[in-house]
Amino acid sequence: MADLRVNFCGVELKNPVTTASGTFGFGHEYGEFYDLGELGGIGVKGLTPEERLGNPAPRIAETPMGILNCVGLQNPGVERFIAEQIPFLRQYDTRIIANVSGTTVEEYAGIVERISDADVDLIEMNISCPNVKCGGLTFGTQPQMVEEVVSAARKVAKKPLIVKLSPNVTDIAEIARAAVSAGADALSLINTLLGMRIDVESRRPILSNIMGGLSGPAVFPVAVRMVYQVHQAVDVPIIGMGGIRSGRDIVEMMLAGASAVAIGTACFADPMAPVKALRELEQFLDAHGIASVTELTGAVQL
Amino acid sequence: MSIQELCTVRERRALTPTTFALTLEAPRICAAAQPGQFVHITCGEGNLLRRPISICQAQDGLLRIVFVVKGEGTKWLSARREGDVLDVLGPQGHGFDMDQLGARPVFIGGGIGVPPMLLTMRRALENGAQPSAILGFRNKEAVILEEAFRALGTTVVATDDGSYGVHGFVSDVLRENIGAYTSVCCCGPKPMLRALAAIAEEAGIPCQVSMEERMGCGIGACLVCACALKAEAGETRYGHVCKDGPVFDSREVAW
Repeated sequence: MADLRVNFCGVELKNPVTTASGTFGFGHEYGEFYDLGELGGIGVKGLTPEERLGNPAPRIAETPMGILNCVGLQNPGVERFIAEQIPFLRQYDTRIIANVSGTTVEEYAGIVERISDADVDLIEMNISCPNVKCGGLTFGTQPQMVEEVVSAARKVAKKPLIVKLSPNVTDIAEIARAAVSAGADALSLINTLLGMRIDVESRRPILSNIMGGLSGPAVFPVAVRMVYQVHQAVDVPIIGMGGIRSGRDIVEMMLAGASAVAIGTACFADPMAPVKALRELEQFLDAHGIASVTELTGAVQL
Repeated sequence: MSIQELCTVRERRALTPTTFALTLEAPRICAAAQPGQFVHITCGEGNLLRRPISICQAQDGLLRIVFVVKGEGTKWLSARREGDVLDVLGPQGHGFDMDQLGARPVFIGGGIGVPPMLLTMRRALENGAQPSAILGFRNKEAVILEEAFRALGTTVVATDDGSYGVHGFVSDVLRENIGAYTSVCCCGPKPMLRALAAIAEEAGIPCQVSMEERMGCGIGACLVCACALKAEAGETRYGHVCKDGPVFDSREVAW
């Protein structure tokens, strides 16, 4: 049996499989299908300082091997997360990855400071949501803004700080370097790709917010490419995500440079997806005589 | 409670050129199914998202679903044959509150909103109520399940073009007979539900509406199937059709 443990910024994950923020709620629903303690970590629904109602419906459109969404960070706010959700999640032997957003540099720093004091293991800073009007994507697409917001957060963060990057940029390596130079302990990528669909009968956009974020198997090659580029550019661990749905996808993402992975959209097709992918990963490692999953990270042969 | 079950297709029938009925062997989902709930079905390798389909009948371990072909997913589903196996999640969502029906509930369906009313009406009858049904369709060709409803109680069929039954909308039929009912349960297009809710509200009887929205996970995690609900002080909040619904009290919905 291969060793699946991963040391991620000093936090031990029992295996490299986590869930992608925004696809997993706070775990209650998927917890009806399997023991959440089987996961290496749970990336919770993105949190903001105050409750957010999100965008009107329709918030989803199916695309070839993918989906577009414009949920708009609907969440109960960080305080209710701390009070109501952490006790639930702590029943399981898994790591809590708190995903946080703000609309200003001050708000980002404020929520990172607040969540640092709560019982979470890792903080993932979302500077790349395409579905909110202020903040979100705008922070994640300009290197100087990335530096500013990450520096402010790093000063107050008492837990490992993961910065989640947007793929909607010309040069992902430049953004990654900006985040790391500002103190990011780790990076996660990719967030969704900005997309749009139009109903040809009504001639209206399908999504209420006109545009939305593309995820699912359709984006997997883009995610692998960007994880590879970022791994070449910086020396911090990476959570690779974007379209993963099988054990072989996990292997591929890790070969590109990821130390851990997150599974998201695949859960919609099959609630058991993360657990099944984990089993497949184990089988792959054993079949190939790989002693530790960490051997895969960045091991692509050029 | 959500169950993932691999279900063998026992029977497939075309009810109209675009409406199909599948009977599935689903003992575990059936045992848990409540009126108004739905199942979430994988529709082929090429379609990433499952398709939510309401439960029409659930008896003796057999689950019956009736759906209309709208896109690639339902087209794939309509091509299944006896012996094929489907990946089904269910029963999902919050169904009809059977304690609110009173002695003479009326069950109203419009188009593909008709099927879920059948299980609901059957359960109401079993609970000792005297149920009635009002079924609305575009035209005579679209009429489905009429005999199954007639077997359970008084049933009025209305068509938009008058080619069969009463000429008009289900709301016209309800308005004329509203005094005869103790509550309304309905499923269909949103404008229809809104009209029915207004009539019921005016008459002072409870109205439960089954809503529809584009869905993702189907279990309440991804938050895409937002339904605007009334919050305190005239504000709006979003509930989710897959978990908080599909059935809502009509007075809760921010129409």
